Amino acid sequence: MPRRNDIHNILIIGSGPIVIGQACEFDYSGTQACRVLKAEGYRVVLANSNPATIMTDPDFADRTYIEPLTPEILAKIIEREKPDAVLPTLGGQTGLNLAMALYEKGLVGVPGTPELIGANAEAIATAEDRDKFKQAMIEIGLSVPRSGVAHNMEESVKVLEEIGLPVIIRPAYILGGRGTGIANTMEEFLKIAADGLDASPIREILIETSIVGWKEYELEVMRDKADNCVIICSIENFDPMGVHTGDSITVAPAQTLSDVEYQKMRDAALACIRRVGVETGGSNVQFALNPANGDMVVIEMNPRVSRSSALASKATGFPIAKIAAKLAVGYTLDEIPNDITRATPASFEPTIDYVVTKIPRWAFEKLPGTSGVLGTQMQSVGEAMSIGRTFPESLQKGLRSLEQGRLGLNCDPGESLYDSLDDAALLAKASVATPERIFQVGEALRRGMGVDRVHDATKIDLWFLDQMQIIVDERHAMADMSLADVTRSQMRRAKRLGFSDAQMAYLWNADEMDVRAHRESLGVIPTYKTVDTCSAEFAAETPYHYSTYEDETEVRHSDRPRVIILGSGPNRIGQGIEFDYCCVHSSFALRDAGFETVMVNCNPETVSTDYDTSDRLYFEPLTREDVLNVIAAETIASGGVPPKVIVSLGGQTPLKLSGLIDPALIAGTSPHSIDLAEDREKWNQLCNELSIPQPPGGTAVTVDEAKVIATRVGFPVLVRPSYVLGGRAMQIVHDHDALQRAMEQMASDGSLGKEGGLSAERPVLIDRFLEDATEVDVDAIRDHTGEVLIGGVMEHVEEAGVHSGDSACAIPPQTLPAWVVEVISEYTKSIATALDVRGLINVQFAVLGTTVYVIEANPRASRTVPFVAKATGVPLAKVASRVMLGSTLEELRVEGLLTPPVSGGHVSVKEAVLPFNRFPEVDTALGPEMRSTGEVMGIDRTFGRAFVKSQTAAGTVLPTSGTVFLSLNDGDKPAGLVVAKRLRDLGLGVAATTGTAAYLAKFGFPVDRIVGKLSEMEGSSMDNAVELVAQGEISFVVNTPHGRGSREDGEAIRKAANANRVSSVTTVEAALAAVNGLWEQYQSEIEVCSLQEYHGR
Amino acid sequence: MSSAITEIALVLEDGSVFEGEAIGHVPANGIAVGEVVFNTTLTGYQEVITDPSYAGQIITFTTSHIGNYGTTHLDAESRGTFARGVIVRDMARRESNWRSEQSLDAMLKSQSLPGIAGIDTRRLTRILRDSGSLRGAFGTADHASLLAAARADQGTAGIDLVSQVTTPSSYQFGNGKFSVVAYDFGIKSTILTCLAEIATVTVVPASTSAEEVLAMSPQGVFLSNGPGDPEMAGGATDAIRSIVEAGTPTFGICLGHQLLSRAFGGHTFKLPFGHHGGNHPVRNLATGAVEITSQNHNFCVDPDSLASVADITHLNLNDHTNEGMRLKAHRAFSVQYHPEAGPGPHDSRYLFTQFAEMMEGK
Repeated sequence: MPRRNDIHNILIIGSGPIVIGQACEFDYSGTQACRVLKAEGYRVVLANSNPATIMTDPDFADRTYIEPLTPEILAKIIEREKPDAVLPTLGGQTGLNLAMALYEKGLVGVPGTPELIGANAEAIATAEDRDKFKQAMIEIGLSVPRSGVAHNMEESVKVLEEIGLPVIIRPAYILGGRGTGIANTMEEFLKIAADGLDASPIREILIETSIVGWKEYELEVMRDKADNCVIICSIENFDPMGVHTGDSITVAPAQTLSDVEYQKMRDAALACIRRVGVETGGSNVQFALNPANGDMVVIEMNPRVSRSSALASKATGFPIAKIAAKLAVGYTLDEIPNDITRATPASFEPTIDYVVTKIPRWAFEKLPGTSGVLGTQMQSVGEAMSIGRTFPESLQKGLRSLEQGRLGLNCDPGESLYDSLDDAALLAKASVATPERIFQVGEALRRGMGVDRVHDATKIDLWFLDQMQIIVDERHAMADMSLADVTRSQMRRAKRLGFSDAQMAYLWNADEMDVRAHRESLGVIPTYKTVDTCSAEFAAETPYHYSTYEDETEVRHSDRPRVIILGSGPNRIGQGIEFDYCCVHSSFALRDAGFETVMVNCNPETVSTDYDTSDRLYFEPLTREDVLNVIAAETIASGGVPPKVIVSLGGQTPLKLSGLIDPALIAGTSPHSIDLAEDREKWNQLCNELSIPQPPGGTAVTVDEAKVIATRVGFPVLVRPSYVLGGRAMQIVHDHDALQRAMEQMASDGSLGKEGGLSAERPVLIDRFLEDATEVDVDAIRDHTGEVLIGGVMEHVEEAGVHSGDSACAIPPQTLPAWVVEVISEYTKSIATALDVRGLINVQFAVLGTTVYVIEANPRASRTVPFVAKATGVPLAKVASRVMLGSTLEELRVEGLLTPPVSGGHVSVKEAVLPFNRFPEVDTALGPEMRSTGEVMGIDRTFGRAFVKSQTAAGTVLPTSGTVFLSLNDGDKPAGLVVAKRLRDLGLGVAATTGTAAYLAKFGFPVDRIVGKLSEMEGSSMDNAVELVAQGEISFVVNTPHGRGSREDGEAIRKAANANRVSSVTTVEAALAAVNGLWEQYQSEIEVCSLQEYHGR
Repeated sequence: MSSAITEIALVLEDGSVFEGEAIGHVPANGIAVGEVVFNTTLTGYQEVITDPSYAGQIITFTTSHIGNYGTTHLDAESRGTFARGVIVRDMARRESNWRSEQSLDAMLKSQSLPGIAGIDTRRLTRILRDSGSLRGAFGTADHASLLAAARADQGTAGIDLVSQVTTPSSYQFGNGKFSVVAYDFGIKSTILTCLAEIATVTVVPASTSAEEVLAMSPQGVFLSNGPGDPEMAGGATDAIRSIVEAGTPTFGICLGHQLLSRAFGGHTFKLPFGHHGGNHPVRNLATGAVEITSQNHNFCVDPDSLASVADITHLNLNDHTNEGMRLKAHRAFSVQYHPEAGPGPHDSRYLFTQFAEMMEGK
């Protein structure tokens, strides 16, 4: 069955902003789908609100709508573009949910409307509706965990009688797993069930057989129109059932299943996809297996491309999303060639001769108040994947890929973290799933507690534990050696178990580079093997490599000039998809310019780790050792010519390595200049020389030094560590006590402490904080002739003090006078020139009155580069990459790569997306520490409308009816008056705290409801804001935190709003922008427009 | 920690040397020798090792960890092992699975099967892929002795291996509806289990004559898998032809497919490195459907040589070699791959039903 010719115009729904549970993997799948469908000659229309994605690059679709992903907006896009078909299975849960919403409105999937391809509404409903799915599985003879629903204690006991202990109790409609628990005894059951009923707003609990401790597996399945089905990959979870699979360490292929068990699971997965009725594409089916007797139950299935399928694609080399897109337009698996072998068809099951480990990365340190305990709801913000020939090698590579200061399982400075715990306490800790568990298990094994004892406490499979014990045994054996007397075979054995040079350096109290030199002198150097889908049965065309210590290396020789692009590693708050976008664009631009591009990265979610993106992909940790190894391998493969290395596009990860690489190899701005911008003293001197004002400040290592500086510059001061991204641990402090606490926190055992703590090389920066200043970001490019291109000037919506990554910003600036923008441009040019920048530079300014202060400059790609490119139509990352390799801006203009920015007709607003709905215990007030996971963009003819779109896209539900609650600090009250007036114009009610209400009353503005502060509630009959929010009486909250003193009131209200899914804003600037936008929207209806039209293409 | 490591080497007939360590049984003279082949299956090492079709061969597993889930008598494909050795990247030190009765290493020792672990199996596989199956030898002996031993080995072409693996005497298995006589050229237990669902099976030695079989008046005859070169099982082809021409419904798998083809004038040839794995796509030409199949063969039927007597029914989508045929004038069909799986996917078990239907007279 070849390509369908009855459809021509296809709408692809993207997944929107990066949020926990839905990250870059859908950019990877969506980008593949766009490419495939365009190549097949279809007209592709794309809807996605996330400007940082590669798929929303205007080259990837015929029409790209960066618009909020709501059914209303999609309906407008459908009306405008009239697609023949909608492909919803590549945009994550968001894509599926939107497709279902459109179907329910009769806008897709019914006669006379666009067809749903990939999965139809019936199939989506069967997989997504828990009860329907359960019935379907029982129908085809598969087991599901037994469960029942109860609304009171009597029903609960009845359900329990049918199911039997142990059970897991899950209250309905609760956030963050509140009220969830596992009952092993009747007594526990009665208590947890009662608590659960109380926790559920509708007094409903689900009682389910507890299969905590069972082994968990996933199979990735693909099916075509002709009903051919294949399994792409089996994945085994290292963590037993009870931890969300997105929060589990997972391993491919499955390691502890016999063929009998595996084939039973395979049969079940095929039966499942057929029964659910996914006609074409990929699905993943999750199973749990009782380790005692092999009983198997189906947990769930996703009728779409998922996070696991991205992992499976990277793990096997089989591009699931790409094939799924082809299947959706009519091809069958046997008609599609396997990309990697070229000679064989896609209708086969990949087999692999290595072990893949995925390890999640969490951000609990940025979310004070969270427990850090893993459960059934996903909490991780990113992941690293590693490939080794064996599990021990793969595991240790994965652990150092996380970039959290650990060098491997143990045998590093971090291993002393558990010294204070006795064996029993250590084991007790390891029995609870947390991000630390893997290291606690490693420590327990190191102490010789034995795999059986650890297994009893953790239920982690004995095979995995024994493999970890092999690592530990090797460590003990190495401890008896020294760098001088280690033999070649001993060294080789350690490297084959994944030990890094740095681990050996720690163990032997030696320098890492000395270990490296000695290892090389012993002839123990890494070999690079190929990911080829077939375990070498067929010759592979696609160079996708990983390192291991074997006999033979497979990197091919080539004479073309090479550029290595260092990626950004696992996603984390502060360093995400924006940097992957830059790396990918760099690769595209340099390939086009005739370079051979080589990508190094370890993040399986990304487009950069698609083997199609670069000429060669090394799936490797981004550590000094691994990067130097790749440079060496590439030098050998080119006959001795070293490659150029790009370190400035992947965020802080590659930048930190820049000083460890031969400076002659670094393309673009020199490490010396990078250091000049980071080194406080040198930077201050430079600004002085340039006569550019800075907020007064200084650097400190001790509390006393800090206090001296604060006294000199005056409070409030901004306190931040150097060499971090995303404002990690950044604080605004208002007095000496707070300053002391901040300094102590930074020096103590927090995550910063783990990464090295404070030192003369890593001091704390202390600057006067400019209250009420307007913050401005600039992205610019300078070439070697000295020409500077101002890419974009972004004015922040929130005032200075909110981290730029968490702040909304607009292009072009909305309130700054033209002359200020010009001053900012001139300052930027002069800084770029002084730093001798070759490539990108990001400069942050604060404008207070008529003074423009420079806050900091970073001669590297910033988080805003993709946003600027979407807003202006200038491909900044591509241009910068060419400039880094020696082109001039003028040459690129002649070539046509660099075009003038489009402007005048539209305003673009970037808004941050925050993860608070996953963490109801966290205060949602914004501050100098970045906590957003992703971003969206609103684009429209006016700022107000663009801002409203950005809010809608970010999931903020702006009020159109009901009562808005205002609680403002004194400084915000004048602006609050304008907000209140606008709300009244919009026909909304206003409730306010006593103080705010009294202020508004002075201007003749009565509020509908006066609400008491929590602190005033004792014995008062006034309404309590928290209760009003909980009762659903408030449709929107504007709460601006107070600069100093008690924040408890505001915090309680913000938490209540978050927990009850009432949208809130925490700055008055955002409130103003929102009401102004709503007012414009009130006057004329919302419209959609594609990026290509804005860009005049 | 387990006992001390014994460092040994594998040497191929082309002179390639691989350093590794001994696992399983230690051969008396310090040398294990045979034809080195690779298998890409991710699961099912025990089934592979106990498959009689590997007689004369040293099996390389491309999957890096082998032995993880131990072994059980339930997964044995025959009464013992007939391979010459096992090559793995990593042998599990400790197995973990509720079904396991014995570790793989212990099983190898109890079956006197030697092995080598820790070598770069991917390099080995690439060599075998590029130059075809090679003879090899491994053990504690010096490299020169290993090379000499490898070069002195007879290989599998032109050798009668069936007589080494077939049952010495006939026996009954199962009590299904039809009476079937199964020729044991090296039959796997999973085939018997599948046949038993439809038949009462009488398993007979490879040398059993047509007359003896026909005297049992079976409703069907099954031709099993087995090791080596189909040309060397020449005696069987005459018997097969007589049985089929007598009108007996006949079904063959793997070597059985090659022998049935040869019995009716087909030619067989040796593939460069054979098919050994659980992921080969095969198209059923009648339905167009793609089956993911388990495969284990070095020899192959030339479909052109069958053009006048048989319809080609199945095609390998990787290399377009023949995977199945049905005789035009007789009630007999056969496939090159392993529909019984064990190990491998169950996509093709319908062929046993097809055999039952043929016996039913459909």
